[in-house]
Amino acid sequence: MSHQDHQLDPALARGLTMPRMSRRELFRYAGVGVGALGLSALLEACGTKGVTSSGSSAQASAGVGSQEWWAKQTLHHQLNFANWPYYIDTAHGKHPSIEQFQQKTGIQVNYTEPIDDNVTFYQSKLRPVLQAGQPTGYDIVVLTNNDWPLSQMMELGWLIPLNHEMMKNFDQYASHLVKDPTWDPGNKYTMAWQSGYTCLGYNTKYVKEPVTSVQILWDEKYAGKIGMFANAGELGSIGLLALGIDPATSTPDDWKKAADKLQQQKDAGIVRSYYDQDYIKALKNEDIWISQVWSGDVFQAATYQGYPQLKIAIPDEGAMFWTDNMCIPLLAENPLDAMTYMDYVYDPQVQALIEDYNAYVCPVPAAKEIIAKQLKDPTVANSPTVFPDAHMQSLSRNYYQFKNNEELTEWNNLFVPIFQ
Amino acid sequence: MEQPVRSDLPVAERKGARLGRRLAPYLLGAPASLWLALFFVVPMFTMLSLSLQTCDPVTLACRLTWHVGEFPQAVGEFHAYFLRSIQYGGAATVIDLVVAFPLAYWIAFRARRKSFFLLMLLLPFFVSFVIRTLTWQFILSDQGLILGTLKNLHLLPQDFHVLATGWAVTAGIAYNFLPFTALPLYVALERIDPRVLEAAADLYASRSMAFLRVTLPLAIPGIFAAFLLTFVPAVGDFVNATILGGTSNLMVGNIIQNKFLLFTDYPAASALSAILMAVLLVGIALYSRVLGSRTIEEYV
Repeated sequence: MSHQDHQLDPALARGLTMPRMSRRELFRYAGVGVGALGLSALLEACGTKGVTSSGSSAQASAGVGSQEWWAKQTLHHQLNFANWPYYIDTAHGKHPSIEQFQQKTGIQVNYTEPIDDNVTFYQSKLRPVLQAGQPTGYDIVVLTNNDWPLSQMMELGWLIPLNHEMMKNFDQYASHLVKDPTWDPGNKYTMAWQSGYTCLGYNTKYVKEPVTSVQILWDEKYAGKIGMFANAGELGSIGLLALGIDPATSTPDDWKKAADKLQQQKDAGIVRSYYDQDYIKALKNEDIWISQVWSGDVFQAATYQGYPQLKIAIPDEGAMFWTDNMCIPLLAENPLDAMTYMDYVYDPQVQALIEDYNAYVCPVPAAKEIIAKQLKDPTVANSPTVFPDAHMQSLSRNYYQFKNNEELTEWNNLFVPIFQ
Repeated sequence: MEQPVRSDLPVAERKGARLGRRLAPYLLGAPASLWLALFFVVPMFTMLSLSLQTCDPVTLACRLTWHVGEFPQAVGEFHAYFLRSIQYGGAATVIDLVVAFPLAYWIAFRARRKSFFLLMLLLPFFVSFVIRTLTWQFILSDQGLILGTLKNLHLLPQDFHVLATGWAVTAGIAYNFLPFTALPLYVALERIDPRVLEAAADLYASRSMAFLRVTLPLAIPGIFAAFLLTFVPAVGDFVNATILGGTSNLMVGNIIQNKFLLFTDYPAASALSAILMAVLLVGIALYSRVLGSRTIEEYV
């Protein structure tokens, strides 16, 4: 079996193993004599304590993230890094870029891949722990700008402001696409890990025509062979693109029209299924012929995993551009080690290693030369979805930024019933 | 050798011994009771309580407001998912009973090396539930081992597919829960004294008559337990629907999962769970009435 074959959907695994109730709550009331309480009192006792009005119950020392605070931090020579699966250079079960980092700095990296979805990761591993005022056990987590957990963590003060004196590589080499971005002005809390496009992927064995428009997802010719994302943000955005509307400037009226358009696609039996990360498996197995995809997944499958018939298409209507961001959760035990690492990956030599495997959108343009000349991989170096040219950048579309929780709820209420 | 009864022991000590004997069942039962209280009663009441609370969407602070609106809304919005879950779970349970009964019967009465076949039955459990289901996704894929071959031989139309249908979900559930059905049946059948079957033969019962009048009634506790152990988790399953289902095969478990994880709508999720539990309890109570007038104790 190739390594992709036993990739079980981590969201599922997490769903299966995660307690439905917070464990903390269970133990809080464990000592209460069940029989001694009347039903009503018992039900009352089970209330959950939310975050306090000050925003967060994670106990942070004053001035966290300030220059004085950073000056007091010391290296612990260890680092816990939580990332998404298959998202770093890997050779023979090891990660060369991390090996080099460990040799160079003496910092031992505990690299794990627990993140499969922003919301589930946040709800299960970050929010409950931070709400209890405990460290999460991670020094770096990677969260996407197109989903709400990242902005909520900023709002609640659950991220440590970065030490800008330790961002030499970043300042020198970071692409303008990820420097001072709209979702984190001045890179106060985050540095990009990778960016990417949510675009179309298709199997050239079955789809002979050129794929130039998202309208192909509504083509009855491919009924039952089309995959869509079980993700309200992605689904709604592509519905808007199909109507010729830029998601970033869309209105709730547009959202309703997009939801109708997507419902019609479902009712006509065109969609085979709404997928999580496992869409790529369905695409490889030829269960679906065209799908919403993340650019890097298809690139990896086509280039390294023996599926050259799979291709990416950037439709004329545009493709959604997102960025995964490294950030340091509050109460992280090794913040200085984390900063050291985060800036290390902006070294073009290091980034070239990572990018040559990932093939998402590279945050360091200078890595292009190294991938082409030293690593001798022109496929990656010349790919417009890795190092976007001007045309590609003109097709990049941004996600709608929700102004408040009501908007988010409205969006979800429109698009979730479609895939649920 | 028999010890003479000692009558010289002080009375007080014997009283203590009697007290110990009276307490023994409670002490023995304490760990299980504590376990049940901690891990069943407390979570269940937490769930019921949550279904009556109102939560702030951002801070997740919940207060008990006795707001019962979640219940009618859950039924109104998701009744189709409840029905579908019962349909898939019920069909899978029936398939499992039909498949498992002859299997258990054969192992109990005919097999030479029972433990070997029981091990075979349990072997899939050594592989994770999710991986097993994903393997079926691979085997049943449209151009995979089976369907691809049959399509190449023109025995099946090109657009035929099993995945993304209710059939795939039902079959997946039936496959995954088969050992839960087979084991209780085996235990019940294995306990049957072969001599009662000989007696039936001596009394001129034909083989089929002996099966219907002796074996089957004696197996009823096993059938009941097998049904419970299969049907209840099958109805609440959401993994098979996610991996093997299509756009209109999601079950109520999927909705509950989404409500909890994606929306953190704890009250709605709890209400859905409570309704599912109530529906199952009522169904099981009816079922036990139908299957006989015996008490539950006699079955278990």
